[in-house]
Amino acid sequence: MTVARFGHGSRIPGWDDAVDLTKDPAGIPDPANTDVPEALRSQVEAAMAKYPDFRSAAIPALHAAQELHGWCSPEAIEQVACVMRLTPAYLTAVATFYDMLETKPVGRHTVYVCTNISCSLRGADELYAAVQEAAGDDPDFNVRAFECLGACDIAPMASVNGAYVGPLALTDAQQLVEDLRAGREVLPEKQLSRRACADPGAAA
Amino acid sequence: VSQKLLFDRIDEPGLATLAVYEARGGYASLKRALAMPREAVLQELLDSGLRGRGGAGFAMGKKASFLPKGTMDKYLVCNADESEPGTFKDRELMQKSPHMLVEGMIIAAFAADANRSFIYIRGEYEQQAEILEVAIAEAEAAGYLGERILGSEHSLSLVLHRGAGAYICGEETGLLDSLEGKRGNPRLKPPFPANQGLYQGPTLINNVETLATVPHIIQMGGQEYAKLGTETSTGTKLVSVSGNVQRPGNYEIELGMPSREIIFGLAGGPDPGREVKFWFPGGSSSPVLLPQDLDLPYDFDSMAKAGSMLGSGAIIVVDDTIPVIDVALKLAKFYRHESCGKCTPCREGTNWTVKMLERIEDGEATPMDLDIIASVQDQIMGNCLCVLGDAMAMPLASMVSKFRDEFEAHIELRRSQAGLGLPVAVAAGAHA
Repeated sequence: MTVARFGHGSRIPGWDDAVDLTKDPAGIPDPANTDVPEALRSQVEAAMAKYPDFRSAAIPALHAAQELHGWCSPEAIEQVACVMRLTPAYLTAVATFYDMLETKPVGRHTVYVCTNISCSLRGADELYAAVQEAAGDDPDFNVRAFECLGACDIAPMASVNGAYVGPLALTDAQQLVEDLRAGREVLPEKQLSRRACADPGAAA
Repeated sequence: VSQKLLFDRIDEPGLATLAVYEARGGYASLKRALAMPREAVLQELLDSGLRGRGGAGFAMGKKASFLPKGTMDKYLVCNADESEPGTFKDRELMQKSPHMLVEGMIIAAFAADANRSFIYIRGEYEQQAEILEVAIAEAEAAGYLGERILGSEHSLSLVLHRGAGAYICGEETGLLDSLEGKRGNPRLKPPFPANQGLYQGPTLINNVETLATVPHIIQMGGQEYAKLGTETSTGTKLVSVSGNVQRPGNYEIELGMPSREIIFGLAGGPDPGREVKFWFPGGSSSPVLLPQDLDLPYDFDSMAKAGSMLGSGAIIVVDDTIPVIDVALKLAKFYRHESCGKCTPCREGTNWTVKMLERIEDGEATPMDLDIIASVQDQIMGNCLCVLGDAMAMPLASMVSKFRDEFEAHIELRRSQAGLGLPVAVAAGAHA
């Protein structure tokens, strides 16, 4: 059934899908029949112990679950919910809010190409297209156009599995993908971590 | 070359380690502060005139003094979410000198009598988070963090909290909700975080750069620090220059330096043969300024007087090869994506602005649409819980008013390309 108001299709996935009214809302998972991997349990419990209110551990816990499962799958969310004693709905609400928590299965190599103002002034949109083309339909890759990553000094740039590289030329796209496939450090000479401060007075 | 405080020998090898940081006098300010009465430390911060470096520019000492006295749990939160487009100063600071931030936080927590502190770092800064994690562990092992720091009465815990990618979590109340493990929706103010912040307790929230400046203020003395910069914008500021300049990067300047000197002298200006068309003085949320504004001193008040703001100190330069509508559309799409959806004017206003700008590109707009765009911006401003909507409305309204001719020419051009309406000659010099 489609909700008539949104017959033209909504930007929000699942919005138009009818709810199964015969089902009860999911409660807090029962520890007796929820299988939680030991490593994940200890990570989540350690995170909960760091805060005055255990709910603060929601994002770190979902991060940990995503690392294990590849994405915030219903199973991953159920496991976190079981350890944190929260409903899956609460954690789903959190997971859907944040860009870095994936609510659909994705490739294990994360490539965020910044396409915000400063990067796009220096050719980020073309770079994004080039990286997409280089990665092709390889299911191992999760190439996304991302909001400002806070590295406009190396524009246009990308975050490759968390490591910032730039400034990238269009020809670097192929090398970036090949380095990732081969499991090498990506474009070592363009890693942000090795870049000196631009301020000439800082070296003195 | 102006004086360097934060960027003084920032590339020194091993500065991220405790040993090197201590060898150059690190944590001496903390020892000095802990030997002073709490009120005296707060007075130094007040005397320094230090204004928040995150965007709002509120006096840091004053903010710290707003926290109520008493024995309840009080919190210090460092806003390291740095997601304002064009801003990347905190990233370099945390990556290269994490102990400067940790030391600043301990002193600020002492001044505000906070006993629990958090660093909320954006999820994308993975490498910086790892570096900070190590630095915090080092500081704990050396007794700078924990119970009864260096034998004083002051205790402080410090937890690094990684976000997960949301611009809105840089807004202080959105950050607090996110830190409490919720969706990062902003809260109604008042009550302000100083009274009811994290876990409903009194909370002091400051930007990375603000807190990293604190050790220098204690070392120099507040009044000495206030001699740097201008009377109402004291001290040095990290400026992130990006966009169409030859040497993009972070530069530490004394506030009040002429903007032209920053953009041309330090960052090298646009590529040869190109001109500055317009520039954002304080991140993508600040109204744009024109080339004739380049001679303004770069400080809080001069930028405000020119109708813009210093914001986070991120200068984005746009040269004359870039059509203004491209920047406007990019901007509007960003804020549409990042609007949390809590307040209607922002959620709907950002969406409508994108739709109207796309309509221009599709050739379906008329010059009247520019008035509608301007009126939508007008209806967003000041009507939401936080300033995310304003952050789109202010620069967009400034672009439409300052480049109206170009927008109109663009509308006519696209209309004629789409075969709608009578072709009108494109204004000379406008983007084709």
